[in-house]
Amino acid sequence: MNQALAKKATARDDIATESRERPAIRIKGLSKRFGSFTAVDNVTIDIARGEFFMIVGPSGCGKTTLLRILAGLEAPTDGSIDVNVEAGSQRPVNSMVFQGDSIFPWMTVWDNAAYGLKMRRASQAQIKEVVGHYLDRTGLLKFADAYPHQLSGGMKQRVSIARAFANDPEILLMDEPFSALDAQNKLLLQEELLRIWDENKKTVLFITHDVDEAVKLGDRIMVMTAQPGRVKTVVPVSLARPRDVLELQQNPEFGKLVHQIWSSLRDEVQRARELDEAKGVRK
Amino acid sequence: MSAHIEADTIRPTRSWKISENTRDRLISVASPILLLLVWEIAARTGLIDTRFFPAPSSIFETLVTLSSTGELWQHTAASLQRLFIGFLVGGIPALILGIIMGLSRPVRAVFDPLISATYPIPKSSILPLALLIFGLGEGSKIFMVAIGVFFPVAINATAGVREINKIYLDVGRNFKASRWDTFRTIALPGALPVIMTGIKLGVGMGLVLIAIAEMMGAKSGLGYMIWAAWETFSVEQMYVGLFVIAIIGFVLTLVLNEIEKRLVPWKR
Repeated sequence: MNQALAKKATARDDIATESRERPAIRIKGLSKRFGSFTAVDNVTIDIARGEFFMIVGPSGCGKTTLLRILAGLEAPTDGSIDVNVEAGSQRPVNSMVFQGDSIFPWMTVWDNAAYGLKMRRASQAQIKEVVGHYLDRTGLLKFADAYPHQLSGGMKQRVSIARAFANDPEILLMDEPFSALDAQNKLLLQEELLRIWDENKKTVLFITHDVDEAVKLGDRIMVMTAQPGRVKTVVPVSLARPRDVLELQQNPEFGKLVHQIWSSLRDEVQRARELDEAKGVRK
Repeated sequence: MSAHIEADTIRPTRSWKISENTRDRLISVASPILLLLVWEIAARTGLIDTRFFPAPSSIFETLVTLSSTGELWQHTAASLQRLFIGFLVGGIPALILGIIMGLSRPVRAVFDPLISATYPIPKSSILPLALLIFGLGEGSKIFMVAIGVFFPVAINATAGVREINKIYLDVGRNFKASRWDTFRTIALPGALPVIMTGIKLGVGMGLVLIAIAEMMGAKSGLGYMIWAAWETFSVEQMYVGLFVIAIIGFVLTLVLNEIEKRLVPWKR
């Protein structure tokens, strides 16, 4: 029942398989070119069900493009993505937590968090239960009637996370959701995210340029090369769960992994910078 | 003891102080009253020609007479009705077209040049054409208001939608919002602050055009009343008409501001 996604296809809702052994996401030879510029080049990776999968890479390595293809916001130039959905599942395939402010300024916290369910025409009772649950889990219940302009940056990102979780998708896509936050808020939200994720262990694809974050949250970390974005290496993270993001920093294994990822990433960051500088000169 | 004296000396100075807001409000109430007062005195002492600038008191007298005979209300009601119908006839299609133009590039490509080409035409110069097409009745008046409302609302709706951060449209797509949902939950509310500005401009334009339209071939309305006053050289009546139009404009601005506050609660 596993249907290969033809290129340029965007609707993946109808793909259903019951196989539990099969990977949740199978990305095969995925490429994206914008004119002569190759953003993503031949990415092949399997992501297991319930896996917290991290993607790190220098800025401009095409990691956001990769996620946007998965989210159905861009069509791939080549390759395919299969998402395994349990048979008969009514759940949406994916929901994205966007980078930066993405919650609607004209909706209250409640209406923002309920957006996905409303678009799916869920019942009032279901909306009430699910949205109430996730606003409670993100500590936003007493701000349910507030508008985003009344919230801090950290709270807005919590709303965005609640919105994605409340939609109950097969996979969660997160595009540097914490990159605009200060260090303290970031730590708090990482902790909260892990806590909520522990409830139902959804498959997560999480993009970051923060190596510490990648090691703290991920089960595996994929390092991408700079322009074009290719898979450089995939590093498994064997740290036990549930994890305490604060305690982790004292763990020698954590330090070793951060060092390992950094070494792998350093050349790429350097190369990305040279490419950027070359571009700057051309201007 | 010294502390007590200090407190006493401070208190009176404090009671004299009023907040800057209160002061500004007092000034803005006082300035038009002062102007009327100076005008009245100038008219009575013969400093200005009362054939052109009759004293405010005599204008007020005419206003009382015209309203007691019901004539004033009849004209005001006629103008307001045309304004309201014209606003709907011009505003609703403008809103829909403007938002669709903002969302769709092909639709924009079709209508943008048409709007850009027709927008600079002075609306008042279309009046003879409107009279030709719609005749002397209500149709031509409503058409003129509709034309005046249409352009600012359509142009602002397009601009409002295009100014919406692209990320919100991405969110809509990711959460599988249908076309109608995108229109209803993203494009319309996102563009609403800019659309409200367009509506205010449109209502102002409609008010200008209804006054002009009623001067030609109408038998009622404030524009007609002003024109009739000119023909009979009843200067006071002319001023009453101007005064009532000014009041309508002022009240409509207040009403629209209040509507905006309720429709756009997320903007401080």
